[in-house]
Amino acid sequence: MTDVIATTGLTDARLAIGQTSAKAARGSKRGWLVALVFAGALAASWGPAEMGRWTYLFSDAGNMASYAKDFLKPDFKEWLSYLNEMLVTIQIALWGTFLAVLLSVPFGILSAHNMAPTWVVHPVRRLMDLFRAIHEIVFAVLFVVAVGLGPFAGVMALFVHTTGILAKLFSEAVEAIDPRPVEAIRTTGASRLQQVVFGVIPQVLPLWISFSLYRLESNIRSATVLGLIGAGGIGQILFESIRGFYYPQASAILIIVVATVTLMDILSQQLRKVVI
Amino acid sequence: MTEITPLALSVTNLSKRYGETRALNSVSLMLEQGEMVALIGASGSGKSTLIRHIAGLEIGDGDGGRVEILGAVSQAGGRMNREAARGRVAVIFQQFNLVGRLSVLTNVLIGHLGRVPRWRGTLGLFNAGEKTKAHTALTRVGIPQVAAQRASTLSGGQQQRAAIARTLVQEARILIADEPISALDPSAARRVMDLLADICREDGITVLVSLHQVEYARRYCRRTIAMRDGAIVYDGPSTALSNDFLAELYGAASEELVLPEAAPGNPPDPAAPLGAEPHKRQTVLATV
Repeated sequence: MTDVIATTGLTDARLAIGQTSAKAARGSKRGWLVALVFAGALAASWGPAEMGRWTYLFSDAGNMASYAKDFLKPDFKEWLSYLNEMLVTIQIALWGTFLAVLLSVPFGILSAHNMAPTWVVHPVRRLMDLFRAIHEIVFAVLFVVAVGLGPFAGVMALFVHTTGILAKLFSEAVEAIDPRPVEAIRTTGASRLQQVVFGVIPQVLPLWISFSLYRLESNIRSATVLGLIGAGGIGQILFESIRGFYYPQASAILIIVVATVTLMDILSQQLRKVVI
Repeated sequence: MTEITPLALSVTNLSKRYGETRALNSVSLMLEQGEMVALIGASGSGKSTLIRHIAGLEIGDGDGGRVEILGAVSQAGGRMNREAARGRVAVIFQQFNLVGRLSVLTNVLIGHLGRVPRWRGTLGLFNAGEKTKAHTALTRVGIPQVAAQRASTLSGGQQQRAAIARTLVQEARILIADEPISALDPSAARRVMDLLADICREDGITVLVSLHQVEYARRYCRRTIAMRDGAIVYDGPSTALSNDFLAELYGAASEELVLPEAAPGNPPDPAAPLGAEPHKRQTVLATV
């Protein structure tokens, strides 16, 4: 009896190996094709991307060296104002993320297939796609026109873009819940909203918090860049000092940005541990 | 007492099809108020489907089947009457279905949701009286000490008792349990069954409990309803369910329903009244 099983097992194994090698042969052919297409795309993009200019990296190395030399002596004389602007950047990110989390709760639930009917899910999802597809910078340019230069335009830009991202992540968490506790709550006569509050939210809360903290981190990075188009914060003075050839100052600002982002990363990890 | 006491539960010609499979095939049953009735059947026989229809979680086919709870129609002809269905039947599940990250007390308080004002329930603002009621329910099921713990930290038996406490708070007159003990060890299973029997006896609540093993049906319920292939094939005294009769009803699948120590061939229960000769209901064959 055992022998029979063993032999069948062996034949099965051999068969499996045979199939794998056949599959591997087919796989390698396809692999070559993919590599060929990829190489073709690279070749076609060489000209438009002006890759021919790579020699300048060496012929103009002197420029790079003087650039780097200035960057190597960071000038912290105005550190207080840098820290102030860094704080503004964090505050922009904080408000942008907070508003996004607030709106992502209803949008996330309305774009989950197990929570809302299809005729609601699809329009909400397309709206979120739109929010997500357009870069923060583009939203910031639009909001600068609408509400003027300054941090508020940055807040609004981060808010809209982040809502698109968080609503999608939130809805994926909602779609992965265990439906049975929700059903049990339904049998007590609870309303739809009560089923969500008591059955769905407790299940997804750890993930939601984790996603939100991660987006807060990324938004601090993004808020730095938003300064480029005049949406306030440390980015604005960074680009002003680069444009004015004040490289030692720019270097000091960059160091502050990197230190802050690292710090926020550590902080949010600790926070996540506490909450979950 | 009113002149006519309505039936606790009445199911009439209820059918349900999932694609090609007939999960329920013209099921009819009636429960008097205050009865404790067992629902047995092998896995896939339609017990859970029937319970989900009675609980208002599923809607039957639109061919005229109906479910009445305490005289009010909860669904008929494939249409749900939400007002009659909502919260009137308390349900206990095989996997307990508590919200693991909420405290045991909150899980029990959820039983109030069908009756407290909507806004208050949604915000979780339960008053002192409601909280006392929840604590009392937890004491009754024997686990008052775990009220503040997360539900996920409880053992299976404790979770099932917390689920029972939730149904006590719900104050429904009908309690339906879908395989409440099949995920529990024997001693926890006995405690849960004792509790259900106590709730039926003391509070006069009608209990319908689906069971995998017929031993418990014999021990706890005077009446048993047996299902096979989505239809009721027996409805009568539990004492008549000898192992031989089960083997006749279910064939090879009967092994699944009988505990190992009560293997086929045991003498039938001596307590069985002589007149209670089991009669097999004619299974209605699908004609469509």
